[in-house]
Amino acid sequence: MTKTHLLSALVENKPGVMQRISGMFSRRGFNIDNISVGPDKDANYSRVTITVKGDDRVLEQVVKQLNKLISVTKVRDLNERDSISRELALVKVNTSKADARTEIAQYVDVFRGAIVDVSQDSMIIEITGDSEKIDAFVNLMQPYGIKELARTGVTAMHRGNKSITDSVK
Amino acid sequence: MEKEGVKHIFGILGGAIMDVYDVLYDNSSIKHFTCRHEQVAAFAASGYARASGKTGTCMATSGPGACNLVTGITDAFIDSNPLVAVTGQVPTTAIGGDSFQEADIVGITMPITKYNYLLEDVNDVPKTVKGAYYLANTGRPGPILIDFPKDIQRAKMKDYTHPKTISFESYNPVLKPHPRQIKLAVRELMNAKRPLILSGGGTIISNASKELVQLAELLGIPTTTTSLGKGAIMEDHPLALGMLGMHGNKWANLAIQQSDVIFAIGTRFSDRITATAKSFAPKAKIIHADIDPSEIGKNIRVDIPIVGDAKLILQDMLATAKAAVKREASLSKKHTEWGKKLDTWKKEFRQEMCFDCVPIKPQRIIHEVQKIIDKDPKHTIIATEVGRNQLWAMHYMNIREPRNWLTSGGLGTMGAGFPLSIGAQVARPDCRVLNMAGDGSFQMTMQDLATCITHDLPVVNVIFNDEALGNVRMWQKMFFKERYSQTNLENNPDFEKIAEAYGAWAKKIERPGEIQGALQEALKSGKPVILDITVDRDEIIYPMVPPGGILHDMLE
Repeated sequence: MTKTHLLSALVENKPGVMQRISGMFSRRGFNIDNISVGPDKDANYSRVTITVKGDDRVLEQVVKQLNKLISVTKVRDLNERDSISRELALVKVNTSKADARTEIAQYVDVFRGAIVDVSQDSMIIEITGDSEKIDAFVNLMQPYGIKELARTGVTAMHRGNKSITDSVK
Repeated sequence: MEKEGVKHIFGILGGAIMDVYDVLYDNSSIKHFTCRHEQVAAFAASGYARASGKTGTCMATSGPGACNLVTGITDAFIDSNPLVAVTGQVPTTAIGGDSFQEADIVGITMPITKYNYLLEDVNDVPKTVKGAYYLANTGRPGPILIDFPKDIQRAKMKDYTHPKTISFESYNPVLKPHPRQIKLAVRELMNAKRPLILSGGGTIISNASKELVQLAELLGIPTTTTSLGKGAIMEDHPLALGMLGMHGNKWANLAIQQSDVIFAIGTRFSDRITATAKSFAPKAKIIHADIDPSEIGKNIRVDIPIVGDAKLILQDMLATAKAAVKREASLSKKHTEWGKKLDTWKKEFRQEMCFDCVPIKPQRIIHEVQKIIDKDPKHTIIATEVGRNQLWAMHYMNIREPRNWLTSGGLGTMGAGFPLSIGAQVARPDCRVLNMAGDGSFQMTMQDLATCITHDLPVVNVIFNDEALGNVRMWQKMFFKERYSQTNLENNPDFEKIAEAYGAWAKKIERPGEIQGALQEALKSGKPVILDITVDRDEIIYPMVPPGGILHDMLE
């Protein structure tokens, strides 16, 4: 059954590593929804979060192929229940219509976002949450007119004591 | 590279690698073979590796030189040949400026190397070279590329020490198989009614042929091989079924489809052996052993996976099986009925060939070359190009020794056979190397007759000359209503004159009775050879699984 899987990988923090990873995905015909990367607590590594669509067999291949890359130290399949995932979005919304500002400010409150910039006819809203929450907020903003949207992609980790770096020296 | 035991390099120099070649000028322990095209250098390095088990090395300059290696590197990647390619690069300060002879070879080769490096600091040279040779020939072997910018070549190192060992945190191939999986696998094989071993190139790479044959003999299990697996078991061994697949033996394919337990080792279940993957071995439990975990479950569903080195796996299986056979003496005889059935099939489906036909039937050439193999199987290496020459050889030749069969399996590169032969001849000078070639494929790399002449490499090229791109022509005949688009090569050069121009030995042959004599003369000449044999261009390779077909449903 096809579903979305969330993977977390610890990779070497070196030039070209993202190219190796994304190249592998495109060459093998895997379908990435989302990929995000940032430094790990140890500067020698980066932490990559990948959302990939496919059945269990595809997932197994993705994990194996990632592990096969010399630059990839560890791969974890983060299942939804046991992990926390977040995404950040900046949304620039048109506020030229009457009452737009107050309405939007209320929505931002409900979504626990923040208005981070205001100008004559628009404002920028920062919003954090899982992807569904961001989708919902973006949908709410559509009627006002979204001038620009920047999403970071999903980043995620396991709940509890376990750490991806546990067995890494 | 000297510290890594490199004795031979195949390559061509150019502007961006001159500093390295300048060092080679004074080096007496490494011999360099200047090829006439970088593609040949890459394939020669692969042939060297395949014939010897040692890592092959090739070298080229930046830009075009590096790009010309790409086909050979891809070939090595898909056939798991240990290869190190060193390329020159424009100075680091010029990288990214679309400089003269600049190509992003690290970017280009990312998907076709096991790993690659761009050297940006001269002090990284020792660990990079160490790492490259370590990665190339451990785990699942493969090509490694080192891109070496000109300014780094010229830079002075602080102090040079070659690392004794190297390890990668993220690279720890599993060699020792899990004992539980071994037990499960042996039990399945012993309880099976119609067991089968399917052995691939991995068995050869791991030097596990002896163990493979011992296991097959101990349990009485018929054994078939992939094209890269040829030679792991003597192909006229009573248990050997020869090759399976699209161009395999009918009895081997039938055996796969009838089998109830298949033990596959060192094979990646390519579409050339499975045909339609879904209809492959419908009745069988599949035990798949491979050193690369990503191969397990990639193309074929697997019931019992075993990750590890083929030799260690087979050794463990042998030990377990020996103990079990001792306990139940009757078990080893259990498979006799199945064995008898296969023997009948082997007799029933053996292909008839016309020995005395003119134009010569390709099978007759194979028959004559086989006599040479049989006289000295240890010292006769067979290479093939790609096309029908390869398919005839795959299908009919009995290869009796591992590492004595060289062919471009996964990539199917025309023009690979001659350079593979060159590399094999360098690696094993005490052997005779015969390249089964087509007139089309030989013309893709024949310029390297010059390399053979320069370095005294008496490779024998046996050209199955059908004045056509024969395999494709055959497909046009079978599947494209005889629309022979662009497969005619009737304006081939005179190969005798080509040989003469290079100083090689040649003979044109049109009658079947002349083949053996010419082969003997060729081998005695001590020179590189072209035997230009006119063959029947309309001979079709039967049996064959048509594209998109099912293994047991062969065209005959």
